[in-house]
Amino acid sequence: MKRSLRWLLVVLCIVCITDRVSEAQPKQPPRGQDEFVPVNDLPPSEQLPAAPLLVAAYAFVWVVLFAYVWSLWRRLGQVEREIAQLDARGQPRTR
Amino acid sequence: MIRRFFTPLFVLSMLLFAAAPVLIANAPYEATMGLVAKIFYFHAPCAWLMLISAFVCGIWSAIYLFQGRPHADRMALAAAELTAVFGLLALVTGPLWARKAWGVWWQWDARLTSSLLVWMIFLAYLLVRNYGGPGSEKLAAAMALFGMANVPFVYVSVNIWRTVHPKTSVVPTLPVDMGGPFWFCVAAFLLLYLLMLTMRVRLEEQRARLEELYRVGES
Repeated sequence: MKRSLRWLLVVLCIVCITDRVSEAQPKQPPRGQDEFVPVNDLPPSEQLPAAPLLVAAYAFVWVVLFAYVWSLWRRLGQVEREIAQLDARGQPRTR
Repeated sequence: MIRRFFTPLFVLSMLLFAAAPVLIANAPYEATMGLVAKIFYFHAPCAWLMLISAFVCGIWSAIYLFQGRPHADRMALAAAELTAVFGLLALVTGPLWARKAWGVWWQWDARLTSSLLVWMIFLAYLLVRNYGGPGSEKLAAAMALFGMANVPFVYVSVNIWRTVHPKTSVVPTLPVDMGGPFWFCVAAFLLLYLLMLTMRVRLEEQRARLEELYRVGES
């Protein structure tokens, strides 16, 4: 019986000390559940990278201009070939 | 003159475009926007050329409406197509810049909305020309006049209305190490614009010649 009481006292002391220690530790800041914490700068891991946007913009300009020049070249070539064929036949033909 | 020197000028414009990224990479970063602000070197010339081309189309459309010269109509059609091309470039590169700088792809402010409006007017011009049937040239020419009338409003919109877009004072106040690459890009785009306009007008002239050959053959 005495031994059991002694063990009970030891356990109670440990529980009390642990509770005090946990209270003494600083609390973690709330993570957006209880309140919003404003910051001026996003952490680097959450920032939108600029390089892909820049590369996409330049690539788009190059691709569109190249495609447009190529389409002009192709359309002009078709019309000039047709004119050359008509000229080669000596006299114009109906469609 | 452009026709005679077309190939050397085309090679020159390609060389300018090849050199432009080197100059842009060596230009300093903008203080608040950083790397993404380098879209400016391609975005602003494209937007300028959209407005210049809209103006060119409007002037030639007015000449066609009042004098009926076929060459004026061909110039107007070529300029309208280039307005649509450069407008597309400006309206795509702008949101890519805005996504990082403003946090949104699009903002319904005066500059962006009026630019979109001008671009849509010239898309409508091209649709009328393609699907409008006989007589659509005059209707399209009148539309181009309305499109041209919007150009000054687009340009001054950033100075008159409250907007998030950079103002027109940005370009004249560029420091030399940013202004140099910018004006280099403007020269490259302007040269390419003139060459594309020449090619597009030639295409219309050749189409007219082909039509004439078929007409003669049918009669």
